[in-house]
Amino acid sequence: MSQPTTGLATRGLHAWFDKHHALADVSIHFPENTVTGLIGPSGCGKSTFLRLLNRMHEFIPKSAMAGEVLFNGEDIYGADVDPTEIRKRIGMVFQKPNPFPSMTIGENVVAGLKLAKVKTSNKDDLIEECLTRAGLWKEVGSRLKAPASSLSGGQQQRLCIARALALKPEVLLMDEPCSALDPGSTLRVEETIEQLSENMTIVIVTHNMQQAARVSDYCAFFLSGGGPGRLIEADETSKIFSSPQDSRTADYVQGRFG
Amino acid sequence: MEIIAPDKRKIAVRRGIVDKAFRGVVTAGSMISLIVLALIAAFLLYRGFEVFRDFGLKFFTSSKWDAGADDGSIAPSFGVAPMLVGSVVVATIAISIAVPFAVVMALFLCFYAPRFLRRPMTSVLDLVAAVPSVIYGIWGYAILMPHAKGWAETINHWLGWIWIFKVPVPIFERSPFIAGVLLAIMILPIVTSVAREVYSQAPQDQIDAAYGLGGTRWGAMRTVVLPFGKSGLVGGAMLGLGRALGETVAVYLVLNLVFKVNFQILASAGGSVASLIASRFGEAGPYELKALMAAGLVLFIITLIVNFIASSIVNRAGKSQR
Repeated sequence: MSQPTTGLATRGLHAWFDKHHALADVSIHFPENTVTGLIGPSGCGKSTFLRLLNRMHEFIPKSAMAGEVLFNGEDIYGADVDPTEIRKRIGMVFQKPNPFPSMTIGENVVAGLKLAKVKTSNKDDLIEECLTRAGLWKEVGSRLKAPASSLSGGQQQRLCIARALALKPEVLLMDEPCSALDPGSTLRVEETIEQLSENMTIVIVTHNMQQAARVSDYCAFFLSGGGPGRLIEADETSKIFSSPQDSRTADYVQGRFG
Repeated sequence: MEIIAPDKRKIAVRRGIVDKAFRGVVTAGSMISLIVLALIAAFLLYRGFEVFRDFGLKFFTSSKWDAGADDGSIAPSFGVAPMLVGSVVVATIAISIAVPFAVVMALFLCFYAPRFLRRPMTSVLDLVAAVPSVIYGIWGYAILMPHAKGWAETINHWLGWIWIFKVPVPIFERSPFIAGVLLAIMILPIVTSVAREVYSQAPQDQIDAAYGLGGTRWGAMRTVVLPFGKSGLVGGAMLGLGRALGETVAVYLVLNLVFKVNFQILASAGGSVASLIASRFGEAGPYELKALMAAGLVLFIITLIVNFIASSIVNRAGKSQR
């Protein structure tokens, strides 16, 4: 297999939690400026895989990994790599909206700058830009000083997206970003994803087949089948949904199990 | 169309016998503790009333504590100003030393200590919190004071130009500073224990968010854990402050009780309401005893005020968290 020098790729990636082998031998390439949906039943290792992509996995006690994650051709688990630098360039949006409750809406957007020690010339412009890109500016632009906790769940999730965007990441990882949201908010987050993908690589875990079909260019199907989770197949989304190579993929996307 | 509001229904609840009995038990339990508290206050007020009546505000502002002569040739005179000031000074020193150390220790225990060390270290901490204060007093007198004397001299040498660090007579033993350091060590375990408990509840999803934004471990502490634990820490500090204000024996052993208001913390002259009561109680005549009861009531009220302030801070901080 040739080594991709752009985008994000994994080679022979494994993950363990203590003695439990959670993920085995995943090799995949996420081309630049595309959206890839990770699909599969619960417990198949999708979220674990996602957290390996920006070195969040290692925070879990007794966890371990093997293999490589190549970001623009370089292994992010290399000995001389600063993981905080990786997490700055590969942003993450979590399943449950998690704005910082002690901060205002505006402070939340730029919270990452302080955390990652990034300087900016104009905070106000950046706040407006990120909130606009996250599709939230119209709703909160007039009350940036309100506490973040005063927002609805859907607004909080888009605030978290804006917060991740403020660091201008090249990749955005999203772990079921809509699972706690109502349909209207889900729709708005999906629109946001579509706009972002013009100049950003997005990897999104989702349990919602329609969502995967709507937002992603590529889909990757994971399945554990008792043992560690594996990548069954990855292809263009239309192919995964219309003519998958593996019968298990077909069964899953058509709702016959999972 | 106009809506005609009906009469509001009264919501009836039928309670079973077990529920009723349990209600009775918990109500009685909480009432008893309140009643005991009220009785203590009433007793102190009753016994000290005469002194408050005789001296009025002078009881709080005067620095003289004189039981007078039995034959009446010298009139008794009682004032707790130096002791009141001393209590506050010593407790403030204790809190300002203990809280930063407690925060650092609690963060270490929660986020930095190796996993196998956390449990034993936490148990040791709780054990230390239970050591009787007289042990601290003896240890403070025999071991701590000779060292702390040197620290006080150093502070005086370099910061002596600041008024509170001045010393009129170069004696550095039994000063409010030393009593404060001893109390800081005494309350450190309890404050740390509370802080550790609070920090361990910090929401993991927010910590993840901080890491996910390229934050370092310290960044996550500062952004998530410390703001989250702020109100709990205040609660822990007030618990420590309560113990520091009320501490008697340990302070008595390492503090020179002097009936003169003194803010110069390195000087060998200080006060403490609790220690005053302990030191005078044994040989006090009936009238002085009443004065001591009055002093006790003052201490009791100060402690209540401190607790009240603490709980309102905790409530306010708690609201902004949600």
